[in-house]
Amino acid sequence: MGLMNRGRSVPGLLASFAHVDAASDAIRALRAKGHRNMVVYSAAPNHELEEALSHRVSPVRLFTLIGGLTGCAAGFGMTIWMSHDWPLIVGGKPIGSIPPYVVIAFELTILLGALSTVAAVALFAVLMGKRGIAYDPQFSDDQIGIFVPAAGEQTGSLEQMLRAAGAVEVRREAA
Amino acid sequence: MAVAAPSHPVGHEGLVMNQTHAEVTRDVVATLGKPSRGYVLLLLGAATVFLIGLLSFLILVKDGLGHAGYQPPIFWSVYITTFVFWVGIGHAGTLISAILFLFRSPWRTAVYRSTEVMTVFAVMTAALFPIIHIGRQWIFYWLLPYPNQRFLWPNFKSPLIWDVFAISTYFTVSATFLVFGLIPDVAAVRDKVSGWRKTAYGLASVGWRGTDNQWRHYSRAYLYLAALATPLVLSVHSVVSWDFAVSIVPGWHGTIFAPYFVAGAIYSGIGMVLTLIIPLRRALGVEHMITPEYHFDNLAKLTLLTGSILFYAYGMEYFVAWYSGNIFEQTTFYRRAFGPYWWAGWTMIICNAFVSQLLWFRKIRTNLTSLFIISIFINIGMWFERFVIIVSSLSNDYIPWAWDQLNPTWADWAILAGSFGWFAMWFLLFAKTFPIVAIQEIKEMIPMPRKRGGHH
Repeated sequence: MGLMNRGRSVPGLLASFAHVDAASDAIRALRAKGHRNMVVYSAAPNHELEEALSHRVSPVRLFTLIGGLTGCAAGFGMTIWMSHDWPLIVGGKPIGSIPPYVVIAFELTILLGALSTVAAVALFAVLMGKRGIAYDPQFSDDQIGIFVPAAGEQTGSLEQMLRAAGAVEVRREAA
Repeated sequence: MAVAAPSHPVGHEGLVMNQTHAEVTRDVVATLGKPSRGYVLLLLGAATVFLIGLLSFLILVKDGLGHAGYQPPIFWSVYITTFVFWVGIGHAGTLISAILFLFRSPWRTAVYRSTEVMTVFAVMTAALFPIIHIGRQWIFYWLLPYPNQRFLWPNFKSPLIWDVFAISTYFTVSATFLVFGLIPDVAAVRDKVSGWRKTAYGLASVGWRGTDNQWRHYSRAYLYLAALATPLVLSVHSVVSWDFAVSIVPGWHGTIFAPYFVAGAIYSGIGMVLTLIIPLRRALGVEHMITPEYHFDNLAKLTLLTGSILFYAYGMEYFVAWYSGNIFEQTTFYRRAFGPYWWAGWTMIICNAFVSQLLWFRKIRTNLTSLFIISIFINIGMWFERFVIIVSSLSNDYIPWAWDQLNPTWADWAILAGSFGWFAMWFLLFAKTFPIVAIQEIKEMIPMPRKRGGHH
């Protein structure tokens, strides 16, 4: 999941599903058994999987808001301060006249709002993501993947549970 | 826009449903295969035209703006015209990728990537022109607010400085939006290719694996990016229009300018989208993904809508000129139709206001040959619209003895042509390097198979 995938890998089971309802059944069954740290792979976002996983809303929206407000403040701050730093009357208007500066503040709101949104995704989805989790190239094509960390005795029963839900293939990943 | 019932069997949300997820990946990855001879020839042609423009630009840098034919009273001409033209082209991309995303218009999915790419490269092209136009290109950074030796800051009351902020923000945000949308698709390509290409796409996919956690942040962020880009689309050409409207030149000083320019920008942008994707879908073998009955019909309806707004704006400009009782305004508009630039004035009205009205007919909207021809008229008409607004307005200012005409020179035409070469070069390179049809979003619309059968 990280930029580099060298490092220690997590032991567990990697199951592939061809059917979306089978995958959601497996997710529900795993959650019911208390397995909450699974990783689900899919080629596109899917509402059924999201419902089964019932994640909280992503915190990126907070970054969008902070970035946007910072941009807006920076836009007004910069234009007003710079006008007063070299006070020059143009067209009989006040030195720091707000209406034309709205344009600059608007542009910087959008700019910093967008950039901080992307930075938040880079932070949460890439840099802070779990590392060493097994992956299969089919998951970006047409299969749904579920990885469950598991070791020792519980592996057998988990494998059975995944197969019962309708997994096409279950692979054991060693550390 | 309302989505008409397509005439051939398509499934839920208008996509051709007889495709599976695996087929979508396969077909889109196939577009990145070995380039054909036609592609290479086109690329070489584009590069040659660009080099001709570059050479002319270098001569202009060496000798000065005299080559551009500037003379009193006209000091804004082909370069500013071309700047506004390319910025306008850039509008359709973000409209289709962001606004139609928020409106949940399903037909955008198959075409949005190509229009977004067009946007980024068009704005990149546009950004060159103010710099070409300023004459002393090596000091263009004077436009930016940076601490300099004389403690001077830019005049933020000037629309030209607003424009610097608007264009650079638009370029940054639309490029970010494009790259952000590409990441899952690049990951899908990574998993289908081998060798050095796998390494390259692997690096470009920045560790994307499509995990639940990644999608959770990604989908939210995409929504916010679309929400931020939406007011941006409407603002950029408004700000460009204020470059003119805030001045007091007759023919420029109109309150209608912002919406008039935004409608014109979207109209010209969709014109360029049509010009690009009609040949492209055939060249890349994705005809089954972008269909005349659905995608082109909707694009044509959007063209008709914006073309009709332009028709209204043209009429309203003449009405206001007459109704204002202002002799300068009236003279400018009389001369637009019957003065020395009558040919440009009528080209604009015929190509934009009249030709767009042909799209009332569904037969024309779904016929790719007629759409392609109309799109060429739109491209020509919209370039001339800016030429008319800029050059013909400046040619008859307040003092009749100062009236004069400007004839574009070889340097104008060569650099204009060069900009098309530059744009086409980037677009062609992109189309063979990255998926030009959005794999991930198309998959999102095709229901996944279910073990219990039926749909969700």
